[in-house]
Amino acid sequence: MEDIMVVINLLALVYIGWFVDWAVKQNKSKVWLFSGLAVIMLAVLATLPNYGPIYAYIMLSGILMYLILTVSWTMFSGPTAYISLAPAAFFGVGIYTSAILGKDFPVPVTVIFGGLLAVVLAAIVGAITLRLRGIYFIVFTFGLVLLISSALLWYEIRYTGTRGRFITTANNDVIYYIMLAITVLMFFTYYLIKRSKYGLALQTIGQNEEAAAHMGINVTAVKITVFSISAIFMGMAGAIMAMKWIYIDPYSAFDPFRSFLPVLMAIFGGMKRSYGPVLGAVILAYLEEKLLTEFPYYYKLSFGIVLILVIIYLPDGLVGVVEKVRTWFSREKNALT
Amino acid sequence: MEKFLDVSIAGLLMGGLYALIAMGMSLQYGVARVFNIAHGEFIMLGAMATWTLFTVFNIPPLVSIAICGPIAFVLGFALHRTMFKKLQSSSVNQGIFESNSMLASFGLMFVIQNIAFLAWGPEIRTYNYLTNTVSIGGALFGARRLVTLGFAVAIGVIFYIFLARTRIGKAIRAAGQDTTIAGLMGVNINWVLALCFGLGAAMAGVAGVLVSMCYPDYANMGQEYLTVAIIVVVLGGLGSIPGSFIGGFILGIIGSVVAFYDPGLTMVAYYAIFILLLLVRPKGIMGV
Repeated sequence: MEDIMVVINLLALVYIGWFVDWAVKQNKSKVWLFSGLAVIMLAVLATLPNYGPIYAYIMLSGILMYLILTVSWTMFSGPTAYISLAPAAFFGVGIYTSAILGKDFPVPVTVIFGGLLAVVLAAIVGAITLRLRGIYFIVFTFGLVLLISSALLWYEIRYTGTRGRFITTANNDVIYYIMLAITVLMFFTYYLIKRSKYGLALQTIGQNEEAAAHMGINVTAVKITVFSISAIFMGMAGAIMAMKWIYIDPYSAFDPFRSFLPVLMAIFGGMKRSYGPVLGAVILAYLEEKLLTEFPYYYKLSFGIVLILVIIYLPDGLVGVVEKVRTWFSREKNALT
Repeated sequence: MEKFLDVSIAGLLMGGLYALIAMGMSLQYGVARVFNIAHGEFIMLGAMATWTLFTVFNIPPLVSIAICGPIAFVLGFALHRTMFKKLQSSSVNQGIFESNSMLASFGLMFVIQNIAFLAWGPEIRTYNYLTNTVSIGGALFGARRLVTLGFAVAIGVIFYIFLARTRIGKAIRAAGQDTTIAGLMGVNINWVLALCFGLGAAMAGVAGVLVSMCYPDYANMGQEYLTVAIIVVVLGGLGSIPGSFIGGFILGIIGSVVAFYDPGLTMVAYYAIFILLLLVRPKGIMGV
């Protein structure tokens, strides 16, 4: 029963992901139908703590965390093909904001601060990594997470004398509502970026950066802006998620695994359409919540196998499969008429 | 002065291992263009296999080098012939192949690591071998560490001669410079790339054997060595094999100097060097 509820809410999330994609399109039909559906889906998600069991919305907050990481990762890395392994750094900054400010400030203020500090870090990283491309950018962002976590660990042991910190916790429904609010905000931003000239500029940078610069796009400014915007959601997600975990230390806050998972989820879902990363994140995060505690090794083993198979056989992820099926069906229809 | 000697010898001993680990990764990236995130897992496989061979079958670790090396080679060779070759043919350009193969190797890391968890469990394994000590300039060092250094240097030198003097070595260098042109010049390119990937895996396997002689082994030990390998590879210049060899020793000495002042800062120093290097000189010390 609880699982059915969770799955219904997950479908609602996927629909919202698809809706964002649809809203970006130029010529739309059935506007009222689809918008109305989106409002209903949001209402279903927003009222979950009112009717659902605690288990359902705790689980959904965990899934929303991955969703936020994945979609905001895709915001920058999807169109530009710069594979950033920095999400864990932004997420960790949020966690530590929560650990330091959480006891003195109300929850929303802490969360916003977490997001803003992540933006500051992202802007600095963005500004200094402009020279790096391809594998260099990937290993730089990977090293950044490790540098922050080991430097922080050294600082904590040396100057505060402890390894980790305790965090003032928040109620599960508060965590869920804020997580949902961040998700909605993120989708809205995603939509705005896609509709604006920045979205097109990013796409151009991904296809050919030199050509983009020659066309008069301020490549640097666009990259830093979108990279920083995408970090705000990761920082906020970290700040609110920390309130669920009670105790954190530098290694658990800056776990490089959290940089890899969004990449895998986005690739699994497919980045051609915006519902792809949502689909990938929702499916894999749900499986993780269900299987990780019971069969950790088999789960991760199959995770690896699926990843390899997807990269080799489904370069466009699940979105590619959906598109293929759709063209196959429409061809059938055309042939008959 | 004596302290200085101690610190630098300890650094060299550590550096030999780092150099061996990084050379394998450098070969895989420099020629086969696979940034192999699963590199650490081959080290782990070598270490765990050595532990099993030693404790169960009583085969001494120095003999397992001759067992683990070839097995790792075959494994790497087969992986390249199947997985990475398929990826190479489906990727539109080299850049896409590099990121795809990196992600695929990330999947491989999951697979190998969790097979190891299922096979050996999460316990930390150790064994005692060559525990006597040797005195160098008044300072005492474990004999096994010296053996490790000797093997690392020997493998490095033999491999260098192989690259510089043999026909296959020449083919590998050509493929490292330009895969397509090397193929047009009559190099059997798929075979050479798989060979390089296999050799990289074999070096990791042998490094694993040597690691297990000095340090405890556990199923997720690979990540630790992976990060060291990545740092050394970047330090030496991505894809430069002599660079990785020298870089390994440099990092080992830096590590031991920093550890002399504050052991907690060793990893911080490694990552700081790594980050600064990428910003100031992404090519590394020997990069072209």
